Amino acid sequence: MQTSTSWRSFRMAAWLGWLIESNWTDPFLFTVYSIVKPLSGAAILVIMYGIITQGNFDSPLFPYIYLGNAFYIYVGAVMTGVSWAVVDDREHYKTLKYMYIAPIYIPIYLLGRGVARFITGSIAVFITIAAGVLFLKVPLHFTEIDWLLFIVTLILGVIMLALLGLLLAGVTLTVARHEGFIGEATAGALYIFSGAVFPLDILPEWIRPVGYFMPTTYWLELLRRSLVGNVAQAFPTLANFSNMEILGILLALSIFFGVISIWVFRVCDRIARERGLIDHTTNY
Amino acid sequence: MSTTLAIETKNLGRIYKLRGSKKETRKELIALQDVSLTVERGELFGLLGPNGAGKTTLIKVLTTLLSPTSGWARVAGADVHTEPKLVRPRINMVSGGESSGYGLLTVRENLWMFSQFYGVPSKEANERIEALLEMVGMKDRMHTKSSDLSTGLRQKMNIVRGFLTDPEVLFLDEPTLGLDVGASRDVRKFIVEWLKADKTRTLLLTTHYMVEADELCDRVAIINKGRVLACDTPTALKQRLQKDVMFEIETSPLNGLTPQMMEEQPEVKKAALTEIEGGARLQLSLVEESALARVINLFTQKDVKVMNLNKRQPTLEDVFVDLVGRSMAEEESSERSQ
Repeated sequence: MQTSTSWRSFRMAAWLGWLIESNWTDPFLFTVYSIVKPLSGAAILVIMYGIITQGNFDSPLFPYIYLGNAFYIYVGAVMTGVSWAVVDDREHYKTLKYMYIAPIYIPIYLLGRGVARFITGSIAVFITIAAGVLFLKVPLHFTEIDWLLFIVTLILGVIMLALLGLLLAGVTLTVARHEGFIGEATAGALYIFSGAVFPLDILPEWIRPVGYFMPTTYWLELLRRSLVGNVAQAFPTLANFSNMEILGILLALSIFFGVISIWVFRVCDRIARERGLIDHTTNY
Repeated sequence: MSTTLAIETKNLGRIYKLRGSKKETRKELIALQDVSLTVERGELFGLLGPNGAGKTTLIKVLTTLLSPTSGWARVAGADVHTEPKLVRPRINMVSGGESSGYGLLTVRENLWMFSQFYGVPSKEANERIEALLEMVGMKDRMHTKSSDLSTGLRQKMNIVRGFLTDPEVLFLDEPTLGLDVGASRDVRKFIVEWLKADKTRTLLLTTHYMVEADELCDRVAIINKGRVLACDTPTALKQRLQKDVMFEIETSPLNGLTPQMMEEQPEVKKAALTEIEGGARLQLSLVEESALARVINLFTQKDVKVMNLNKRQPTLEDVFVDLVGRSMAEEESSERSQ
């Protein structure tokens, strides 16, 4: 019974999320938007890199930055995909209260709502990497990719990001205003401290432990290693760790943050019911 | 708890802590106070009161959206605070006066999705959707995106959403708010038919329309400032005033004459005022019909013209005036000005 309720919650939420995500415009415009948006984001980074390094695209730093930035799309997409559903349902569609009184599991429902953003995020990641390989000589060779490591890391990371999204969703439930700020602030902080666009060694030594505590740091490192192993190992931050060791750290941190996220969500859910915030709208 | 009870509350209370500016201390708003009610299975129970009386807060508590701050409540045999998972599969709710729903989805998609959340088999859900949309006169709009519907049609769609899952206990919060006269009549008719079809179904309806409560409800609780002031059948409530003589008078502007001045006259029990365009409407409750002459005399002294005068039977509005001391409209404007 519980399994069927969970599956029902997840399946219908994913269906709803996809309809909302893909139906806001006509299919042609949606396709153009899906291609142009990630490429624009990557282009800004490539231009900045080109100016700063005076066009040194052969440095291992370029694929490091490029791939880190490409996979970072998942962080924003999956995390905010889950947490934004609270804002969307409560403020925009005014349906959150009806979801709450339905016999579903709200955390599972919110995770399901994130599926659509995961799919659109995956398309964006694929387009960005394909553009890098085709036009910018990102050294990605299909025969050299550690596919098993890549797939395991990707799945583990997406689950970890979805659970972090649940944490944000819980906080969003209790903060009727400024909900957009929470997601942006979290994604921004992770961008700096996770080695997405620069190795952690660039940061002051006293602040590096923050990065070492972030599961996204190990996730991005493993993704780079699985795709372009030699490039990733050119940077000393995590060079002393083997792939399996990093995978173990990623797993441990994911479990840790996952447990924290579920706990935070439960606490926030209780607070929201106590304060009457489930259907509280700000009208702006 | 008796199994015949669909809803039971005991000393239920809810206090909101209001945030003001940083300099202000936190204020408290008592939304519900010592509410003790029982609703039998199969009953159409009404909560009648002005805006801000606590009706919606009570529904939020009963539907597990809001925790009570004191007392307890059970719906379909389960505690709403400690056992929400047992309550939710057996209830549904519709709030009037709002345009909720996923605008990008069609009417059918919106409804089907909610039915799936409740585990209704897809084929059965589609049959119910067709039948219910037919009953509310919306079958031709089944494939319309809900963003393209008028406010009234969106509300009808939401009403269908509430009935679609065939709940044991259905909560309707001001279901006809914002609907035109014809649509309101359709909804009321539908509510009665739905209850008739299965005697185990229970419906709790909040309204501030007296006629709606009078026409529909088996029993009515009159609520004001979070307290239940009276609870009985509409007939029994009105019988409390049966010995009084009721008049409704429409006049020109009152020129400083107040309901209190009228109530100071011998045998004038209650006078309630509603401002209307170009004058005032007074509900008078008199112990003796002869007291009317004294009120008319007051009008003459203040140069107030009588435009219309009707003697009538007591209504639930009169019951409210009797209990609270002023009309529901007066109570609402007083709440707004505070």
